[in-house]
Amino acid sequence: MVVRVQEADFDMVAEMDRMRAGRVDIGALVSFTGLVRGTAAGEAIDAMTLEHYPGMTESALARIEAQAVARWTLQATLIIHRTGRLRPGDQIVLVATASPHRADAFAAAEFLMDYLKSRAPFWKKEGTPDGGKWVDARDSDETALERWSG
Amino acid sequence: MDVLYFAWVRERIGVPKERIETTAETVADLIDELKSREPRYALAFADIGSIRVAVDQELSEMDTPLSGVREVAFFPPMTGG
Repeated sequence: MVVRVQEADFDMVAEMDRMRAGRVDIGALVSFTGLVRGTAAGEAIDAMTLEHYPGMTESALARIEAQAVARWTLQATLIIHRTGRLRPGDQIVLVATASPHRADAFAAAEFLMDYLKSRAPFWKKEGTPDGGKWVDARDSDETALERWSG
Repeated sequence: MDVLYFAWVRERIGVPKERIETTAETVADLIDELKSREPRYALAFADIGSIRVAVDQELSEMDTPLSGVREVAFFPPMTGG
């Protein structure tokens, strides 16, 4: 169970290799990589800056991860979230889950993404030719969370 | 206590962190106190529905008590991922 918040880029393949290294009990390894899009609401973006709350970020991610571990059969999980100034096409976030079977790995990866979207203290600011704009939270992100309750 | 601000709340108030001596009993009381100090706080906290708060790094509510608290943070809804 690994949580990392960093400015540096990550190597998804190397991270997945590390998760399964020396193990023969993992049957399913699921990963999600979030990328910076080059447009927002039809407007070109030249950068995306991610701010976070050091200390709280790590504990919030660890708590979300613990919820996933309590809910599904997981053999390993990984969350890497980047901060700082990113460019279109850059990787922002990596979530990976390992389980004996795919259903738990898929579900847990979606759960982790849904929660870190609106329950981990990150804020995105889009840089456009006209200046910067803080990204608004989306109602659809709250809706995505509701399916996990109950 | 230390009061931290993030994203556009930080930009409107103009500092990322400050030490505040207060007798506010709850988060809502602290916000009222700050708003009465200077216009920049009144601007930052004008739309309270778009303000989230963490008390000692735990997501909290406006009626969360501040007794014994070391750190309060104000920020907009989170946009990770």
